[in-house]
Amino acid sequence: MGASQTRTESKYQDLADRTGFSPEQIKNLHKRFQHLSGNEDTISRANLNSIPALANNPIKKQIIEAFFDKRNQHQDEVGSFGEIGFEQFLMVMSHFRPPTLKTTEEEKEALRKEKLRFLFNMHDTDNDGTITLEEYRKVVEELLSKSGAIGLEAAKAIADAAMLEVASTNVPHMAPDDFYEGITFEHFEQILQGLEMESRMHIRFLDVDTTTMRCGKSTS
Amino acid sequence: MAVQLRLSRRSSGPLLFAFLCVFFFLFVSVSAASRDVDPRNNQTRRNPATEEDSHHQTNSSTHRKVFPVLSFNYEHVRKPFEISLWILLALLMKLGFHIIPRVSGVVPESCLLIFVGLLVGGVIQAIGEEPPILDSKLFFLYLLPPIILDAGYFLPIRAFTENLGTILVFAVVGTLWNAFFMGGMMYAVCQIEGVGLGGVDLLSCLLFGSIISAVDPVAVLAVFEEIHINELLHILVFGESLLNDAVTVVLYHLFEEFSHAGSVTVGDALLGVVCFFVVSLGGILVGAIYGVLGAFTSRFTSHTRVIEPLFVFLYSYMAYLSAEVFHLSGIMSLIACGVMMRPYVEANISHKSYTTIKYFLKMWSSVSETLIFIFLGVSTVAGPHAWNWTFVIVTVILCLVSRVLGVVGLTFIINKFRIVKLTKKDQFIVAYGGLRGAIAFSLGFLLTNSEMKHMFLTAIITVIFFTVFVQGMTIRPLVELLAVKKKKESKGSINEEIHTQFLDHLLTGIEDVCGHYGHHHWKDKLNRFNKAYVKKWLIAGERSTEPQLISFYNKMEMKQAIMLVESGSTAKLPNVVSSVSMQNIQPKEPGRRRAIPSISKNREEEIRKMLRGNLQKTRQRLRSYSRHDLFIDPFEDNVSEVRFRRQRVEMERRMSHYLTVPAKRQETPSVRKVCFEPENQVFTYDDSESPKGPRAQPHQDSPDTVNLLEEAPQRANQSEAPRAAGDDKKRAKVSDEQEEQQKLSRCLSDPGPKQDEEEDGSGRS
Repeated sequence: MGASQTRTESKYQDLADRTGFSPEQIKNLHKRFQHLSGNEDTISRANLNSIPALANNPIKKQIIEAFFDKRNQHQDEVGSFGEIGFEQFLMVMSHFRPPTLKTTEEEKEALRKEKLRFLFNMHDTDNDGTITLEEYRKVVEELLSKSGAIGLEAAKAIADAAMLEVASTNVPHMAPDDFYEGITFEHFEQILQGLEMESRMHIRFLDVDTTTMRCGKSTS
Repeated sequence: MAVQLRLSRRSSGPLLFAFLCVFFFLFVSVSAASRDVDPRNNQTRRNPATEEDSHHQTNSSTHRKVFPVLSFNYEHVRKPFEISLWILLALLMKLGFHIIPRVSGVVPESCLLIFVGLLVGGVIQAIGEEPPILDSKLFFLYLLPPIILDAGYFLPIRAFTENLGTILVFAVVGTLWNAFFMGGMMYAVCQIEGVGLGGVDLLSCLLFGSIISAVDPVAVLAVFEEIHINELLHILVFGESLLNDAVTVVLYHLFEEFSHAGSVTVGDALLGVVCFFVVSLGGILVGAIYGVLGAFTSRFTSHTRVIEPLFVFLYSYMAYLSAEVFHLSGIMSLIACGVMMRPYVEANISHKSYTTIKYFLKMWSSVSETLIFIFLGVSTVAGPHAWNWTFVIVTVILCLVSRVLGVVGLTFIINKFRIVKLTKKDQFIVAYGGLRGAIAFSLGFLLTNSEMKHMFLTAIITVIFFTVFVQGMTIRPLVELLAVKKKKESKGSINEEIHTQFLDHLLTGIEDVCGHYGHHHWKDKLNRFNKAYVKKWLIAGERSTEPQLISFYNKMEMKQAIMLVESGSTAKLPNVVSSVSMQNIQPKEPGRRRAIPSISKNREEEIRKMLRGNLQKTRQRLRSYSRHDLFIDPFEDNVSEVRFRRQRVEMERRMSHYLTVPAKRQETPSVRKVCFEPENQVFTYDDSESPKGPRAQPHQDSPDTVNLLEEAPQRANQSEAPRAAGDDKKRAKVSDEQEEQQKLSRCLSDPGPKQDEEEDGSGRS
């Protein structure tokens, strides 16, 4: 027991260095991971699908896909996993860390790029490096999917207008014959620079034990 | 041309000065000739009145009913006349300041207004009259509510709720700290021998501390409005100034009661704490109730659009007054009412009513603010003063010190809980922006104990002057010096809106995966509750189920459409003109589809005439003003608005398939025009040849729906395509008459690399 504990702790420490969480937070996340996976070593899409609170979320599928996306693992691979282990789970979570008081401007820039990259990967489902009009339309449709039947038309119009905006901001003069293929990562960054992603896209990873709160799964 | 303009500018400056001076003296002489304005002062001058009466009497007795052709009866209209004159003076002063750019760039408007007030007060007093004083009743009941309502109605909710914790800590704990620190230190100073302040006891000091400690929303607004600081700092200081009203009310009443009783027990202190919660939560509750009532009322106003703005104003004012009845915090009630009401009212009311509300609120708050500052100046000259060097100097120093200490100390604690920490620069601005203003003065005025009242008032006025003049004037260069982030110009980007929503859902989802119920989880729950229950009750018709993204998009489109209509045929868009249009984005489809309209030349002529006529009718209709016209204006009808948008979307989609490319391009941007098409269907498609099939048929819709035509920039330049001579003639005629108005161009059926676009003009019958 003692040996395995120190092994776990050193593993936590290693993970902490890699992902930037504190060992406390990693311990809590590990507990959550085990809860979700039913004490297995990996979780599959079905495990995440069965979280009841997620059922009302319009972009549930994209969120779950993001966990299994290899591009979010900082390892230059593409494709998607079938199942992920705790380490991959943590890597995805690390995208949601907030900046601290000590992060410098360059670190903030890097952090923002990383978070924007995460969002970009969520939109760019076919991994061709651009968000095409079809993909963007899909995004808006999903956003509006839970809000009743206002209709695909409105989603299309909004996506079109948004695309037009990106195009006209980034490429102000296009000849009528030119075709704007899709939103590249640079354009994506440009269009969202006003949102200050590094401070908005974060979750408070509390240092308290979260599994004592109601988790929604009826097992153990 | 530029020289001429400059000349006219220079000559208008002295002209305005001359006018203002003349008006100024006229004003002073009238107010001198009149009785005193101050309702508090009971002495009325009877002599001129009796003189007039006797004059009339002598007239009637000697001349026996000579009909007075011209008579002078000023008594009749005295009150409204003087009020109007004061307001007019205030506004002319405001006007004058903005003509002189140099001064208004350096000195904030509030300073200039106080200065003008001093001048007016000085002149009135020099004449020997009694200048009017800023009466507390006038201030609290008439001058303050418009400013607070304006602030509350347009409060940026997202920024406010994100920083609510910080704001509350500053407002409550910060004000308490200020009050007790200042009260305590003043008492300590008063105990020093030889200062002559021995008569001031602890409770009076605490009372004074509680009056002077509150940051004033009017002054903060007046100064911060001009420096355009970033949203976070603005909302911190401003939110604090709004929410500390509850604390101020409780402390003031507490200490005032007990300064009569003479001592405070522990039980009283506990009751004070309870009172604080009652005052603040009660105020918010009252405001929320009135807000919901207002929202509910606005659901039924679709047939009486003209009075919609009045509901908003009256419900809010009633909320304020009702809170004041129970000694609850009126300011918090007003804010709660505005915040509660706004999303639902805006979904229900017409666009014109929205504009009316916005402009009336801005107008009233502007007038109020101006009057407040001028009256402050006048009251300074008028009020009985008891100057005590020690007291005043110590007060000013202590104000600064306690503010800085409070902000620094609290930020240290707050930063442990904040994600976006407050830097030293932020802290400095928050501390420096803690201005005192007219609320402190009016509260001081309400004091009943007269000997210390004068001394307190003098000190309060000095502090106000110091903060407004010194801090107000220097904050702008300091902001520049410290390179504090300014407010970024937000243009309402649909991408940002999409991603804000996306982020909300994403973060909620991640929180659910993590298993803890954080910020986003509860916000999501609230949103869902709102959508499921509240919106159904408070929003009329279809709009109740409209998701936020769609309403944002619609609002933006509406704004653009109205902007284009208002700019008329010159079509100068203020934004950067981009030559990207829909066709650059739509993926190329295999096989371009063309519709082949089968209209004869006569028909085209007819169409053109009709469109021209209708466009003029549109212009007339938009310009006409009558209460009854508003009933039938289709812009106002929400239902047809939605339909109009849907049609436009449909239209755009259809046309985007037809847009083709000529060789040359022009720089004119795409212009969207709105026209009425009440006539019959003017277009028939050759269904068999059009690959779009049934979709190409124009729909049948009710009359009076608005049809939007889109004009691509390429249309003016259509010279090089091969075409029939008749078309050339027609087009030349058309382009002569109306450059960018509706035109119909023929689409050619021959396939070729260069083709023309066509414009759809489906008719509705």
